[in-house]
Amino acid sequence: MNITEYFSLLFTDYTLGVITLGTAVLGAVCGMLGSFSVLRRQSLLGDAISHAALPGIALAFLLTGTKQTHFLLLGALISGLLGTFWIKSIVKKTRLKNDTALGLILSLFFGFGMLLLTFIQKLPNANQAGLDKYLFGQAATLMVQDVYVMIGVTGVSLFVLLLFWKELKLLLFDPDYTLTLGFNTRFLDILITGFIVLAIVLGLQTVGVVLMSAMLLAPAAAARQWTNRLSVMIFLAAIFGAFSGVLGTAISASQNNLSTGPVIVLVAAGLVLLSFVFAPQRGLLARRVRFYRNRKELNLRKTLSVMYHIAQNHKDISHPHAIKILNNFHGYTRKTLNKLEEKNWVEIRGNQWSLTAKGYQEAENFYKPNEAIQDI
Amino acid sequence: MRNEKLAIKIDDLTVAYDYKPVLWDIDLKIPEGVLMAIVGPNGAGKSTLIKAILGIIKPIAGSVKIFGKPYKAQRAKVAYVPQKGTVDWDFPTTALDVVMMGTYGSLGWIKRPGQAQRKSALEALEKVGMLAFKNRQISQLSGGQQQRIFLARALVQNASIYFMDEPFQGVDATTERAIIKILKELRDAGKTLIVVHHDLQTVPEYFNWVTFLNVKRIASGPVKDIFNDDNLTKTYGINYKVAINP
Amino acid sequence: MSNAQIEIQLIAALAAMACAIPGVFLVLRKMAMISDAISHSILPGLVVGFFITQDLNSPWLILLAAVTGVLTVVLVEFIQKTRLVKEDTAIGLVFPALFSVGVILIAQNANDVHLDIDAVLLGELAFAPFDRLLVGDIDLGPKSLWVIGCILFMSLSLLILFFKELKMSTFDKGLATSLGFSPLLIHYGLMSVSSVTIVGAFDAVGAVLVVALIIAPAATAYLLTNSLKKMLILSLLFGVFSALVGYWLAHWLDASIAGSMTSVLGILFLLVFMFAPRQGVISAIFKEKQQRKEVSLLIFLLHLQNHEDPLERHINHLQEHINWHRIQAKTVVDLAKKNNLIEIENQVINLSDKGLQFTEEALKYITTNKPTAIEDLKNKFFLFRG
Repeated sequence: MNITEYFSLLFTDYTLGVITLGTAVLGAVCGMLGSFSVLRRQSLLGDAISHAALPGIALAFLLTGTKQTHFLLLGALISGLLGTFWIKSIVKKTRLKNDTALGLILSLFFGFGMLLLTFIQKLPNANQAGLDKYLFGQAATLMVQDVYVMIGVTGVSLFVLLLFWKELKLLLFDPDYTLTLGFNTRFLDILITGFIVLAIVLGLQTVGVVLMSAMLLAPAAAARQWTNRLSVMIFLAAIFGAFSGVLGTAISASQNNLSTGPVIVLVAAGLVLLSFVFAPQRGLLARRVRFYRNRKELNLRKTLSVMYHIAQNHKDISHPHAIKILNNFHGYTRKTLNKLEEKNWVEIRGNQWSLTAKGYQEAENFYKPNEAIQDI
Repeated sequence: MRNEKLAIKIDDLTVAYDYKPVLWDIDLKIPEGVLMAIVGPNGAGKSTLIKAILGIIKPIAGSVKIFGKPYKAQRAKVAYVPQKGTVDWDFPTTALDVVMMGTYGSLGWIKRPGQAQRKSALEALEKVGMLAFKNRQISQLSGGQQQRIFLARALVQNASIYFMDEPFQGVDATTERAIIKILKELRDAGKTLIVVHHDLQTVPEYFNWVTFLNVKRIASGPVKDIFNDDNLTKTYGINYKVAINP
Repeated sequence: MSNAQIEIQLIAALAAMACAIPGVFLVLRKMAMISDAISHSILPGLVVGFFITQDLNSPWLILLAAVTGVLTVVLVEFIQKTRLVKEDTAIGLVFPALFSVGVILIAQNANDVHLDIDAVLLGELAFAPFDRLLVGDIDLGPKSLWVIGCILFMSLSLLILFFKELKMSTFDKGLATSLGFSPLLIHYGLMSVSSVTIVGAFDAVGAVLVVALIIAPAATAYLLTNSLKKMLILSLLFGVFSALVGYWLAHWLDASIAGSMTSVLGILFLLVFMFAPRQGVISAIFKEKQQRKEVSLLIFLLHLQNHEDPLERHINHLQEHINWHRIQAKTVVDLAKKNNLIEIENQVINLSDKGLQFTEEALKYITTNKPTAIEDLKNKFFLFRG
């Protein structure tokens, strides 16, 4: 099956439809909530939480003996929350810094999880196969009930987001100020962290513990580049997330032996790269263009102001001067001179130039005080 | 003083981070209608004092009364301008949006700002000379303009007491003049203003009340009475002299 | 114990030691997550290197993968400089992307590559003794033992040679720069050593668990000591301990060696986190209680010294004036009385001579902002011994 076949089957094949809907919803909710982690500078917390979820999955299997997604994800949720809690208490109670606490919990929980997984694999009677799909994700195993849960969580988090929009925005921008206005920042903090943990846990089946954090960050980081409005950013992040989810799943389904997680992450990373380079205003390309334009403008002004100073010493401002006396130290090139002539600021006759009245006026304006900042 | 009503009364306030003391047994009475500077060396606890009054940091002992009641009961009467460096100015939002945040406290939970809030935000922007920049993304503003936005956000709160943490740090001279002009207007309208300030030279020109702080309260009172070399030396440790214009 | 068992334990112990050395500096420099980023993003370098050399223990492959690691650091720093996203987001974006490239490369070439995903996550310690270094007909032992041994030797030599520079640039960047140690050189030197070490240990314990070997021993040691030398020695010990105990735990459970080494480190950290004599949670609870009492006593004494008015010093008014909602006024008064710092006359409290002297000294220390000086004061006045 290749990609075109995949998409043509989408509307007729029930399983494919379920999977696609699931990954789209998952991508959207991750993009939405991931915007909060990115703006709160908690980008790496997601990585720690998702890794910390692994032992929960293994323990849930060992205790219940079932492979039912809901039980396993409940285990993941508990151990993810435990990891988060432990990180916070390490930072609060000891002198270890945030990054050490994150790396520590991430690797220790994951190592313990791997110990359990390899232990489970060696058990004689267990129908253990399939637990390792939680490492890199396997969207193909999504069932319609899983998708219902995802839609439910997305709906609730969207509702809460809209309900507390004003408060959450304030908290993201200025937590201390939020507190002085009388809002309970602790409640808001728990609310948002709770939803992020929930989104991570939901994504484990599709994207896997190892790469889940990228699913939170990448759509948000890409979206940030296109807009300067929080609401638009969150909306775009949801779209980017859904797009990565659907396209990534399609690509991985049309290849053999390819987990969904890495493909989704690469699609999202591609979006980030595109956004970094091509986004208007913030993008690197736009910056370059602006930089050259400014430099050209600056050279033009420099040349004009040199001319202005020369012309000032003459009674007649339009007295002709030799082009030779200009050098590139003054920002002069043949091109700048032509440009100045184009704008009718100078006149060129042979190898002589003279300032026009318009050019003189223009140069005089440079030396007026900057009115951009108003005095009150 | 026009009246002897106390805006703020602090008794035996002690604040400690991890039980390492930063403010010790502070007693302070601030009359209504003063424009007061808090001065002291780095690490003297100036910002901490403001944060403790505003309930951002919990003190381990002592009490703070605002117009005779604890802060929680008087929130609506207090506005706060944090240090400019404490927030991320690359946050995706506009100048007008930030100023609107000043209205959130009076709105309370869940309720959204409407036309009335927008109008008062625009008025505040105009007052600080930033109306033309209302739709600018905040990272595209200069340091001085960002400080003006923060001031506008506090003005929208329409409070009786204003707390400001180093409002002149990293701003241009024009903005500094503009801000102090607004502060003096507010004082003349009977508001109380408490400003953490660094530049000792400008204290007599800008303020009429001053508190010297270095972990303990050194002195507090009218600038003309207590702003002298003796108190400066006590606060800053070394033999401190500033040229004070009469 | 068979020969193979001894060899595996030796490799595990050397790998843990090799990781512990850069780990100490990464933890102290608040760059622990960089090791996570490097360990993930070397994967594509490793796979491409494997296509070229066909030998996981080839020095060229190790070099190529290590270069990928350093490039990751450069890339992260480049993204940070563009200020398009914050520092932590830059890290969080780069390593999953590169890791994904590696995973896909492996999956696409599953038949040709001797690597598989499990090996990427867990390493292949159990198989390490089968791949032997032969010179002519002489068996010199497992290849990975030589690889990790060389890396450990290299880090140890660099550590001893540049100990002073490393120490200074970690604790006092300004001073180090003014003495002419380039912080940039030390930074990239450390990044290079970390990359090489991670690549070397990757083979043994895999991508994620190498992070545990780097961070956990150093973090655990940091809770136990203030001295850099002791911290290094403790980290090395913890590493070796986890290797040996981890091996036998895995043997007993018939599970992954790397996973069980990490679990041993986890238990070790948990124990230290709870019970460490100064930094541990339990001692912190006691310390906090003690400190609270001390601070209350000092507030109380300062209050007495500050206020002439007998009304402010009346025993029944303390509550109202100092507003001790969390502090039991009575215990504080008792403590002060026991230490002969106060005298009570007609229910009005006065400072004793000793109390006055103590308060004045304390004040002097407080205003010079040296909280540690309080400890000396306590000893000087024989306080809090009862």
